[in-house]
Amino acid sequence: MDNEQTKDKVMKPSLPVGIVGYGAYVPQYRLPATEISRIWRGGLSIEPILEKSVPGIDEDVITMSIEAARNTLMRAEVDPQDIRAVWVGSESHPYAVKPTSTIVAEALGITPYTQAADMEFACKAGSEAMVTAMAMVGSGMGRYALAIGMDTAQGKPGDVLEYTTAAGGGAFLIGPAEESLAVIDGVTSYVTDTPDFWRREHQKYPEHGGRFTGQPAYFKHILNAVNTLLDELGTTPAEYDFVIFHQPNTKFPQRVAKELGFTPSQLETGLLSPRIGNTYAGSSLIGLTAVLDQAEPGDRILMASFGSGAGSDALSFQVTEEILSRKGKAFSTEDYISRRTEIDYAQYARMRGKITLK
Amino acid sequence: MDIPRHWRLNKQRYALTGEVCPHCDAKIFPPRDVCPECGGEAKTEFEFSGKGEVYSFTDIYNAPEGFEETIPYTVALVKLDEGPVVTAQLTDIGDRGVEIGMPVEMITRKLRSDGDERGLLVYGYKFRPQVSV
Ligand SMILES: [Zn+2]
Repeated sequence: MDNEQTKDKVMKPSLPVGIVGYGAYVPQYRLPATEISRIWRGGLSIEPILEKSVPGIDEDVITMSIEAARNTLMRAEVDPQDIRAVWVGSESHPYAVKPTSTIVAEALGITPYTQAADMEFACKAGSEAMVTAMAMVGSGMGRYALAIGMDTAQGKPGDVLEYTTAAGGGAFLIGPAEESLAVIDGVTSYVTDTPDFWRREHQKYPEHGGRFTGQPAYFKHILNAVNTLLDELGTTPAEYDFVIFHQPNTKFPQRVAKELGFTPSQLETGLLSPRIGNTYAGSSLIGLTAVLDQAEPGDRILMASFGSGAGSDALSFQVTEEILSRKGKAFSTEDYISRRTEIDYAQYARMRGKITLK
Repeated sequence: MDIPRHWRLNKQRYALTGEVCPHCDAKIFPPRDVCPECGGEAKTEFEFSGKGEVYSFTDIYNAPEGFEETIPYTVALVKLDEGPVVTAQLTDIGDRGVEIGMPVEMITRKLRSDGDERGLLVYGYKFRPQVSV
């Protein structure tokens, strides 16, 4: 293969850009996996995680995005009126028609001179928003762009997905590299038409291809995106201090890390699924917020999302001195995870609208 | 259903935006353009910190229309750090229980669905126990 041609799959903005502020949100309720086994499996089951986060009855992707983005702006300390885009990636937007992003933008004081759109691509919608924000800032069209990945995922009662479908996510303000706490080196996206998971319009719960979700979907896309990025940037797994993958359960990210040559200690900080579940479009983004809470200047971070349908975005960052003064200015991801109220299946069924009043 | 009313109130309801009096520095919520302390004109926007404490509260078991889904819930008078007292629903109480003097903070939540499941969702401020760090 022509060497020149192989080296242009990595995407880089014209102007150097990075993360100026970040923020996370996780609702406080936790449903232990053993509760689902108790109801649907007679207590006998191999549980893919310990417990998952569940949104309160008055929470949805809009309210959760507002809180994560408030944390982001507290760290960024920029005038909201200088933000030129608000993009929210999710597969659980509260309205079928009416953007989440305009409500979030209004609540944060960003309106009216801004782009606002909702993005969808299963669990890849959040990183999609981040990469698009980097493109906008990197082209000089706007000084700042806000990218959010947030979900309140639902699984069919009794289905294997019910164990892990959780709520939470992260928000990132993308801006000029000189103001950033982490600068982007480059992005690689790998996308194919793969029928591993889907939900038709008006259907409440998604369908999935069972074992088909593993090798040809999650592993193939992440391996290709990450390997191409490392190859074209000329970096190796050992050069990274932290790595974050989309986390639909505990095992998949552990296995893909091992296959790529990352160690368990590189993975540990950003692996939140055992304690909060799979937050879908928020999954790899909230992992990145947990890593930034722990990062030091000079650290390298690699993040790879995955979305069914299917695709993966791999992003490489370098942490700057700015991290030191910014990380303590808002709630940490751990503050939200340790704020924990355990619920049983009946409370869960009520909170998730599985009990109807009419 | 009152779409124009919801739309006008959005700013103060999503973000607790009130006013500050340019004459006596009193903080005003909800915004009313006239200072309740000195009677002067007060139109300068002011963003409240959202921190305060429970001044008084009551538990609601029979909810008005549109709020049935969240019963039982607690409505409180919250004294903001900047002075004004606002009425709002408390949320995320968990097993803690509510006490007078409890430190709370503002968050934006779903208040209710306007009409049935086809109606507009109404968002606005509530208060929760301050997250300890
Ligand atoms: Zn006055």
